[in-house]
Amino acid sequence: MASHNSEIIGRSFGDRVIFGLVIVLALLMAGPVLYVIAMSLKDNKELMVDPHSVFHLPYTIKNYIDTVGTSNVFSWVFNSIIVAGGLTIFTLILSSLAGYGFARLNFPGRDVLFVIVLLGLAVPEQAVLIARHQIFSWLGLHNTYPGLILPGLSSAFGVFLMTQYFRAIPKELDEAAILDNASRFRVFWKVLLPLTVPAQATLGIFTFLGAWNDYFWPLISATKKEMFTLTVGIASTQQNFAQSQGIGFLMAQAVFAGAPILIIYLFFQKHIVTAVSGAAVR
Amino acid sequence: MADPVNGNARRAKSVDIYAPQWRNFLFVAPYLVIFAAFLVFPLFWGIWLSFHKADTFSSGPFVGFGNYVRLFRDGIFLQSIWNTFYFVFLTVPALALIGLFLALSLNRQTRSAAVLRTLFFSSSVLSVTIVTLIWRIVYIPDFGLLAMIYGFFGAKAPAFLSNPDLAMIGIAIATVWWCIGLPMMLFLSALQQIPQDIYEAAALDNANRWQTLRSITLPSIKRTFVLVIIIQIVLQFQLFGQPWLMTRGGPNNLTKPIVLYIYDTAFRRWDLGLGAAASEILFLLILVAAMAQYLVTRRKADA
Repeated sequence: MASHNSEIIGRSFGDRVIFGLVIVLALLMAGPVLYVIAMSLKDNKELMVDPHSVFHLPYTIKNYIDTVGTSNVFSWVFNSIIVAGGLTIFTLILSSLAGYGFARLNFPGRDVLFVIVLLGLAVPEQAVLIARHQIFSWLGLHNTYPGLILPGLSSAFGVFLMTQYFRAIPKELDEAAILDNASRFRVFWKVLLPLTVPAQATLGIFTFLGAWNDYFWPLISATKKEMFTLTVGIASTQQNFAQSQGIGFLMAQAVFAGAPILIIYLFFQKHIVTAVSGAAVR
Repeated sequence: MADPVNGNARRAKSVDIYAPQWRNFLFVAPYLVIFAAFLVFPLFWGIWLSFHKADTFSSGPFVGFGNYVRLFRDGIFLQSIWNTFYFVFLTVPALALIGLFLALSLNRQTRSAAVLRTLFFSSSVLSVTIVTLIWRIVYIPDFGLLAMIYGFFGAKAPAFLSNPDLAMIGIAIATVWWCIGLPMMLFLSALQQIPQDIYEAAALDNANRWQTLRSITLPSIKRTFVLVIIIQIVLQFQLFGQPWLMTRGGPNNLTKPIVLYIYDTAFRRWDLGLGAAASEILFLLILVAAMAQYLVTRRKADA
């Protein structure tokens, strides 16, 4: 390890400047988060009297107890799990079926349809948002789980990814099975689907993360407090910043909301990075 | 397989299996229904709306290009276009350059580099709500981290979110903090694709580190650099949550980007026609950038 460390600390002057800059940037990354955590551990009254008390004892977990006890944060987390989980599961199902269909099967109009789906990749959410909102008003789907899940299912990214993945699997594999008179669905389900697990993981993580962090659509569709997702709920408490339950309490709520996704990130870092950068380049 | 008759039958069948069949359509049908209902239809409905006067439930009379004319006579809309470009100008070069710097510095197999990579990407998994909450606490007068740091040196922190000259810069700083992970990772994966033997050859020629950087590393990732710039332009063009949650678009609409203008117009003033017209303008602008991305990635695939 020592020799590795000397590599990054370096011997030359240039190396030291670079190392110093990286450390400064690292402090800029971590500083605000540590400050928020420190604030969340302070008594609200003490904080109001002396803001500098954030840097010294005593710390307390009272704000976290209050968060768990009194805030709506649990119902928001629950809603987010339903929405992000539902969106992920249905995206995987629809994208796998369609990916297999486009990659392996032939039907009239297939190539034209696939090009149209690919063009869908270029449509930003904002271009369809207003019409979508009106459509969901007609259908009476605002403030419902389907209303929060359905728009995300129309994303073309999953179909694109799965089609590419199915195309990369050697055709001999399923040809043999079809010649043995297995049905198309059986071939899909038993032979090919198990081979796409890495792509499913990438797509699943990307979809879940995107849905979990989505703010715009839930903001305009879920207007009732009990249908808020975590992002909208946390945002709604920020509005009355100073006067509400106290800054410490708000910060505890933010840490409570942010911690799970950070912990998941630490465990699945490689997958998450692959998924996010893969989706960006596509 | 030894039986020649059976073998022929199989070959005949294998021609068959890729023949077009209507029932194969069933595999793509579930997705296509959703795609048509919630993407294709809203896309055209949005264009239709932009030529009409409309509110939440009903759409009123046809107004031709009336909404577009109103849009370009609206000083706040023009301001929001300017704000969006200003924000892109503030964030995209910073993200590309800092991302490149981090990738170059952290592209090694050490444990400390791995920990730092984890740190720099970690903010990317947070939602915009958490990020803005964190940065409002940094900027807030009296309590904020910035106020503390300035106070330590006996100075007064600049009012980042309420000063007209600084508000957008304050939002840009928070955004760079939030988004720095992706450019860094894209550069890192590009750096790892450079063949090692080029570096070995350079080392044999006694090239120093700056020479290697300038004549090998940077030229090899030129295309990734362009790609990162375009991806970030498309992403940052869609700025919404940060100003909505940090400044509400103020002071004096100076931090109101196009998407926030659309949100305000369509979902707070319920002028759906005007909002739809604004979103078509945004769509056009993003389409130009997305087409540039397509051209760059396709060239990359060809090479």
